[in-house]
Amino acid sequence: MIIHLFFWLFSAVLLGSATMVVTSRNPVHSVLFLILAFINASALFLIAGAEFLAMILVIVYVGAVAVLFLFVVMMLDVDFVALREGFQKYAPQGGIIGSVLFVELLSVLIGWQFAPDAPALRLSQMPGNVTNTRAIGDVLYTHYVFLFEMAGLILLVAMIGAIVLTHRQSTTARRQNISRQQQRQVSDTLEVLTLRSGAGVQELGIYRPKAAPVLLPAHEHDEGEH
Amino acid sequence: MAEGALAVGLGSYLTVSAILLVLGVFGIFLNRKNVIVILMSIELILLAVNINLVAFSAALGDMAGQVFAMFVLTVAAAEAAIGLAIVVVYFRNRGSIEVEDVTLMKG
Repeated sequence: MIIHLFFWLFSAVLLGSATMVVTSRNPVHSVLFLILAFINASALFLIAGAEFLAMILVIVYVGAVAVLFLFVVMMLDVDFVALREGFQKYAPQGGIIGSVLFVELLSVLIGWQFAPDAPALRLSQMPGNVTNTRAIGDVLYTHYVFLFEMAGLILLVAMIGAIVLTHRQSTTARRQNISRQQQRQVSDTLEVLTLRSGAGVQELGIYRPKAAPVLLPAHEHDEGEH
Repeated sequence: MAEGALAVGLGSYLTVSAILLVLGVFGIFLNRKNVIVILMSIELILLAVNINLVAFSAALGDMAGQVFAMFVLTVAAAEAAIGLAIVVVYFRNRGSIEVEDVTLMKG
């Protein structure tokens, strides 16, 4: 019975924090409630016996995705008060659509049952005597290995896409210009003078070297780099 | 019919996940202007899907549900990264993250 108690406790916190995610006034609070919702969902996964997914949910969502959300919310200097103007206006239609969806789901929930041959149609039956992580690994790296690699490719594409989208060339950063390095001659930068012994700044003045020849277009002209 | 060891009834899991999904859909309509909260609502919807998959997997004793939940998790993480990158670029260009401004980008 205590498992039911914990199930409904975690469910209540999950649903409450999900409500706060969508209705919270401050997006930072939304992100923090999202973290709470994910932690409670991972507790529900634990109750269902999916320990590996529960841990993955905490690591991936709380550790990566929620922090990413938090980072973006805090980085963008958005006027969040202005974003909430249509809140009252959109609430009724959102409520109508949400309640219609809920009634539909409820009608499915009341009437459904397993097909009689459902146990025979299982793709990969749960082994009885191994841990959950091992059971997932046994099927993930054998039957689903191509899907697994495809998931890796999706993550790679997402990473490249995020970098391409947000990266911009900074005008102040100095980069290595290989062709310019290769075109440099000794005579461009080095000059040998014969000076009388003891002659210093008083006699010669401040000696300025001659200007380096411009080898590249003007916008890549960066003096004193090398 | 339930073969696996699901301590709590499958119906309870399905109810919770249905409510969570409805909350996510409601959030999309409620925060029509704030793209970041819309992305968070999509994460909630995907979490509801994952709860369904895990509950059915445990109730039927089938590992495929948990494997598929992992792929859903992967796609959700990729979607969040790309979506937030788009939000950042959009904010740089327009100085706001209102969804309704996107319609002004025609032509």
